[in-house]
Amino acid sequence: MAGQTDQLIKPGSGRGLLDVYADRFLLKLLVRKEIKVRYRGSVLGLLWSYVKPLVQFLIYFVALGVFLDLQRGTPNYAIYLFAGIVLVNFFTESLSNATRSIVDNRDLIRKIYLPRELFPVATVWVSAAHFFPQLLVLIGACLVVGWTPSIVQLAAVVLIFLMVAVLATGLGLLFGAMNVYFRDSENIVDMIVMVVTWASPVLYVWSMVERAMGPWFWIYQLNPMTVAVEVFHWAFWEPTLKAEQSVADAMPPELLTVWLPVSALITLAVLFLGQLTFRRLAVHFAQEL
Amino acid sequence: MTSHGQVAILCTDLRKQFVLRHTRSLKEALVWLVKGRKGDLSKKFLALKDVSLEVKQGETVALLGLNGSGKSTLLKLISGVLQPDGGTVLTRGRVAGLIEVGAGFHHDLSGRDNVYLNGAILGMTEQQIDEKFDAIVEFSEIGEFIDTEVKFYSSGMYLRLAFSIAVHTDPEVFLIDEILAVGDEPFQRKCIAKIKELADKGKTLFVVSHDLDLVATVCERGVLLEHGEVVMDGDVDAVVSELRRRSLSET
Ligand SMILES: Nc1ncnc2c1ncn2[C@@H]1O[C@H](COP(=O)(O)OP(=O)(O)OP(=O)(O)O)[C@@H](O)[C@H]1O
Ligand SMILES: [Mg+2]
Repeated sequence: MAGQTDQLIKPGSGRGLLDVYADRFLLKLLVRKEIKVRYRGSVLGLLWSYVKPLVQFLIYFVALGVFLDLQRGTPNYAIYLFAGIVLVNFFTESLSNATRSIVDNRDLIRKIYLPRELFPVATVWVSAAHFFPQLLVLIGACLVVGWTPSIVQLAAVVLIFLMVAVLATGLGLLFGAMNVYFRDSENIVDMIVMVVTWASPVLYVWSMVERAMGPWFWIYQLNPMTVAVEVFHWAFWEPTLKAEQSVADAMPPELLTVWLPVSALITLAVLFLGQLTFRRLAVHFAQEL
Repeated sequence: MTSHGQVAILCTDLRKQFVLRHTRSLKEALVWLVKGRKGDLSKKFLALKDVSLEVKQGETVALLGLNGSGKSTLLKLISGVLQPDGGTVLTRGRVAGLIEVGAGFHHDLSGRDNVYLNGAILGMTEQQIDEKFDAIVEFSEIGEFIDTEVKFYSSGMYLRLAFSIAVHTDPEVFLIDEILAVGDEPFQRKCIAKIKELADKGKTLFVVSHDLDLVATVCERGVLLEHGEVVMDGDVDAVVSELRRRSLSET
């Protein structure tokens, strides 16, 4: 700070997400505040982040796995299902909270200058705090049925987590900024959230889509969340299959060689677009809120 | 008058325009677009017109004017919350704005958590807050209430804690908007003493207040805003009496 005292600077001109990194301490406090406030006065507190996905899992498992009998064609269907649910929940929770984050923090934004990117980023971290316990449950369940992942598969899990976090941040910046001007964004995002669970192979397997879409299957694969869920299946579900259970087409072709890099690029493009839009719109946040 | 150093705040031809929008729904905006942009979706309003101002380091400036004359808007431009539509603002060193009592306080958090949160929002590092925590609590005279949620504070206690945090952030430029009104007499005196101490240390103060007597004791220089324009800039006593004269002639 001292070096800056002899320079005249323009107040309120930030460097976007780079400033968030410089303000890590504030980010940490905001995340902690968010978690504290969300569970104030609740007995179960953070435990709710286990209860909700478990209930969701049970509903899907009973309805789809048992009633529609999907578990016959898909061995270890429970693992398959839970791996997808956990990841998609992380994405949807991040995105819908990030979209509301700017409007929710209007009191602060209107009165004090701070890098506004902090708020969407903080909500993604809060969702990550909910995601990790669920991930532990998933890993526990996988170990019970004999999970033997390779190093590459473990690395893929980390990569997918980062990719989904970046994707949610990018979209959150975009819709969070738009939400200041048009509160319709919240509804648009609610719709996206609804679609995402069904537009990725969380409840069913990808080959069903390929059968239906034929040569147009690549469109389905362009969705980064689809690829993320597929890679999660590859890392968590596939290594739990025993030799005689092995499914011939467990993974779509070229998942790791083509689709993962493509999704990573799309994700980075989304982040870039989100940050760009956010910066343009952020100039007027304080007066529009 | 004391001699002053370099420029701390430099405003040149500052213009701020507000758009009073009448809709916040995408549907109405689309209908408006489809209908060939007939009628007005918004009204424009000029809150600041070509404000030029130079404040030196160590100066104490009172910004005076009637309601709606653009004082808060100018402060927000200087702190970076708002961006100008014309002209430029430049500042030197860290600027802390007390634009409103306890902005950034969260009702459901304890005083302690809020000290950390608000301190960080105002730009302090974790280490600085750790070091100054006791001094902050002591100055605010909050005592054992520090671990109570701030929603149970009285508005005076709220102000005390907020003010205490702000003065301990140790900024070069200190913007104060209308916050001294809530405290009781002893605390007000304490605040004024603290503000004067800051001024003596060479900090730049920029104070908005409707308490003209108070402002005249704290500040040396006065700037009078009227309908977004600087109409007078000079010794604080002269500006205060000019404002009094104008408000009398208006009623
Ligand atoms: N975000 C905003 N959108 C539209 N108009 C605004 C906005 N903020 C301020 N204004 C308008 O700008 C004008 C100046 O407001 P400002 O808050 O700067 O006045 P002020 O001098 O601080 O008044 P007071 O003494 O009441 O605090 C007012 O007419 C107000 O309605
Ligand atoms: Mg005001």
